[in-house]
Amino acid sequence: MRIPILKLHNYLLISIQTELDDQTAIQFQEDLLKQIHRTEATGVVIDLTSVEVIDSFIAKVLGDVVSMSDLMGAKVVLTGIQPAVAMTLIELGIHMRNVPTALDLEQGLIKLHQELGE
Amino acid sequence: MNSQSCVSIQKEWDIVAARQMGREIAKQLGFGTVDQARITTAISELARNIYLYAGEGQICFEIVETLEQKGMTIVATDSGPGIEDLSLVMQDGYTTSGGLGAGLPGVRRLMDDFDMESEVGHGTRIVTTKWVR
Repeated sequence: MRIPILKLHNYLLISIQTELDDQTAIQFQEDLLKQIHRTEATGVVIDLTSVEVIDSFIAKVLGDVVSMSDLMGAKVVLTGIQPAVAMTLIELGIHMRNVPTALDLEQGLIKLHQELGE
Repeated sequence: MNSQSCVSIQKEWDIVAARQMGREIAKQLGFGTVDQARITTAISELARNIYLYAGEGQICFEIVETLEQKGMTIVATDSGPGIEDLSLVMQDGYTTSGGLGAGLPGVRRLMDDFDMESEVGHGTRIVTTKWVR
């Protein structure tokens, strides 16, 4: 199972539509970094609207991919985190403080525009 | 009334299988969306612990019904190395696997009742219940 990564101008867009297992998450991490390198994207939006569960492992993978992309020079914004997922993550003790987020894809793109000054 | 269904945890994909079955049962029992997410996440943490630390084990679901309330119990059992210091693994941020260390203390917060017994060299058994509100 591979998660599709779409290119839109200088950005990469990802909408996670499948139940994330560990292997898919790790594979996605690698795929995204390679795509950033290949396309020279400056911004990435990962939309999580359809994701019903984020456990500590998936949270770590997502947090790591934000830091890794940052190291490469691309800004990542996570969007569309569901109310139930947000509540569960905080109760689990995962705050993801250094991870930029936005309500939905549209807001995510606006945030990228602002942060990248484009 | 008491009914039980189990998923054996041997490979990584079994973690997904366990949480899918758990979510289905939670939905049927009448848990709301947020509680479904709590239960599913708790299952995921428990199943991953089995896979990561014991290699294999079992996750079982039981529907518990008393006169006053209805709930769902998750029983996670393995015959792995066991846990030497139970209070240590219940501390937020403690991990031996490079994870976030949110697993067990997180599960206790997500669920209502939480009970853990472990014997070094013999395995671990965690029983945790969520009640329908």
